[in-house]
Amino acid sequence: MKKTLLTAALAAATLAGTQVASAARDYITVVGSSTVYPFATVVAERFGKGTNFKTPNVESTGSGGGLKLFCNGVGQEHPDVTNASRRIKASEVDRCAKNGVNDIVEVLIGYDGIVLANSKKSEQITLSRRDIFLALAKDVPNPNGKEELVPNPYKTWKDVNPALPATKIEVLGPPPTSGTRDAFAELALEGGCKSFGWIKDIKSQSKKAKKAGDKKLSKSLKKKYKGICHTVREDGPYVEAGENDNLIVQKLNANPAALGVFGFSFLDQNADKVQGSLIDGQEPTFDSIADGSYPVSRPLYFYVKKAHIGVTPGITEYLAEFTSEKAFGPEGYLTEKGMIPLGDAKRAQVAADVKGLKNLSL
Amino acid sequence: MSSNTQSSNKPSTIDLVNKNLAKRYRAEKRFRGYGIASILFGLICLVFLFTDIIGKGYTAFVQNYIQLEVQLDADTLGISDINDPNQVAMANYMGVIKRSLRERFPEVTGRRDKRKLYALVSNGSGFDLRKQMEADPEILGTTQSLWFMADDDVDTYIKSYSKDGKVFTGRTDEMQQGWIASLIEADQVESRFNTVFFQNGDSREPEQAGIRGAIMGSLFTMLVTLLLSFPIGVAAAVYLEEYAPKNKWTDLIEVNINNLAAVPSIIFGLLGVAIFIGMFGMPRSLPLVGGMVLTLMTLPTIIISSRAAIKAVPPSIREAALGIGASKMQMILHHVLPLAMPGMLTGAIIGLAQALGETAPLLMIGMVAFIVDVPGGVTDPATVLPVQIFLWSDSPERAFVERTSAAIMVLLGFLIVMNALAVWLRKRLERRW
Repeated sequence: MKKTLLTAALAAATLAGTQVASAARDYITVVGSSTVYPFATVVAERFGKGTNFKTPNVESTGSGGGLKLFCNGVGQEHPDVTNASRRIKASEVDRCAKNGVNDIVEVLIGYDGIVLANSKKSEQITLSRRDIFLALAKDVPNPNGKEELVPNPYKTWKDVNPALPATKIEVLGPPPTSGTRDAFAELALEGGCKSFGWIKDIKSQSKKAKKAGDKKLSKSLKKKYKGICHTVREDGPYVEAGENDNLIVQKLNANPAALGVFGFSFLDQNADKVQGSLIDGQEPTFDSIADGSYPVSRPLYFYVKKAHIGVTPGITEYLAEFTSEKAFGPEGYLTEKGMIPLGDAKRAQVAADVKGLKNLSL
Repeated sequence: MSSNTQSSNKPSTIDLVNKNLAKRYRAEKRFRGYGIASILFGLICLVFLFTDIIGKGYTAFVQNYIQLEVQLDADTLGISDINDPNQVAMANYMGVIKRSLRERFPEVTGRRDKRKLYALVSNGSGFDLRKQMEADPEILGTTQSLWFMADDDVDTYIKSYSKDGKVFTGRTDEMQQGWIASLIEADQVESRFNTVFFQNGDSREPEQAGIRGAIMGSLFTMLVTLLLSFPIGVAAAVYLEEYAPKNKWTDLIEVNINNLAAVPSIIFGLLGVAIFIGMFGMPRSLPLVGGMVLTLMTLPTIIISSRAAIKAVPPSIREAALGIGASKMQMILHHVLPLAMPGMLTGAIIGLAQALGETAPLLMIGMVAFIVDVPGGVTDPATVLPVQIFLWSDSPERAFVERTSAAIMVLLGFLIVMNALAVWLRKRLERRW
């Protein structure tokens, strides 16, 4: 009896397995950035309810992880769409092409702001990107004005900038695996880093070397520049608080002296608990991010495999739903979820490109 | 004689014992105290955990509804032929709901204010109305007083409003709060048991999000795990206990099984993604694949506990069966397995309970995903309960905080039921010799 049960179970499993492998997938699979995830899921849900197609599956794998899965090949076991909170890199396009993924449609959907926020129990803080860089970089220019780097000596905000309060520097933020962290380093830290002329010179020297044909020198200079500008200090003031932005909000509430780094949508939802700090004189609001005056914001994209259009049902309709005015327009339902919409002209262009399924060109 | 004089000089044993007695009693008491302190520590942690989860989560089991007088006229809905299912499906339900909101608050003018007004009810209300229309086409052309789900921001606001003096306004503004107050005054707000939470799949709108998709996903995944791991585990255990010769190879197998039981579960996920998805080309996010991955994970547990159960069957029973002429297979099937069954079942249930709470291996095979449709079989994409908890805890919307805790309660409920089942089976089927 046991034996027949065993064989039956094994047979059923193999049968089901082969069936699954041979049957075509009739729903769209979406992978990619955790930042785009909240927006892609809303579109997916509306798409599933409003049309006769099945609701797409949306997985949050991170931008890099999503592009890796996306570029693994063409076929129903590979995802149709990947979301990204940065643009696809040339190296990733090459990898895609190597695996037979040649035609890709790129869709820019909007922007996301990254905020530095603290608990409402304490004062709102006004920072410049230079302050942020000096407070959080691993090595900073020598405070005596010499053009050399010293390990970050600053302990309190007042040390960084006399106009700031004399509280200890304590910033809770995402770990290095996070796209938010990458964007924060690129936009906030590098923004402040560039304000030092001699560091900026390293980058222009690298460009010069590239023009002169010295690739090796150019690369090493570029690496040096990135190392200075993107490396976050590890001696305590920057606390890696995990990928969960809700957790950071909770911790800020418990510790009014600390600042936290997270996406704008979390600030929007928790406006009763936390307040965004002013960066370069701009408060993170819906409008200041949309018109580009708030400096720490990044573009959000998704990429579609052209080879799957017509194979997986509903991809063109999903594209149309995502780029419709009622979704990504200034009054659309994505803005309600905290996404910052594109300008009118840009939006019209994106919608037209998507209709024509324009190929990605870097 | 000499011994007597010696004992009078030296303290006798009983004196020594008596002298140390108080100290020993104290040590004994301390020793017991450590145990009690440990248990108390555990209990305090548990109480803290439960009060936190239940305190945050119990509000998720009720949902506020708003009553509206909806005039279902065919013109506004755009239905000219009620028998055409397409027209009924595509009708402008949100339009009539918005109109009834405008009629309820005629003082609201201006585009922005109207948008705020429409945000009082869930944006899934149109779908709800469509369902009612499909169920009862007679209501077309009449005016009905219907209840609609409140939007999540409104729902959170009303809940905090009734709980204590401190009000959480969240994303509602003063204008909306005024409307809500007027609705409450007119008895047009009602809080009901949140059936939606147990009927729907996941949703990005907290008021429409439900746990059913995750429950069904967990159920299908566990079914696959049980169907695969129990027969394979029992067969392996029977062979290793009853047939296998004692040599280097069986020792090696035994060591490996014990090692596998301690391997971090994410490794099994990596194995699953390489074999089932990479080699066999199965799609991601299926309970079938999830069940197979979890089978790999639970097999060692089931084999170890099944072996222990088989070992516990007294040799006299085996010998008696063989003595009256049973074959070895008959002895195993008729005597050893039935007697070992309670132990094996307990092991299987505990293994499954462990698998039920597992997220890490499922991350790799794509079961950590946003899936709206409630799965209807092992080949429909699905998530499982712990994954749903993880996804909701990561969502920005405030109303997901209470739903996260509610989902934890549901998962805990499942675990308690499974463990109770294990205890009951053991009590019921156990035999003593």
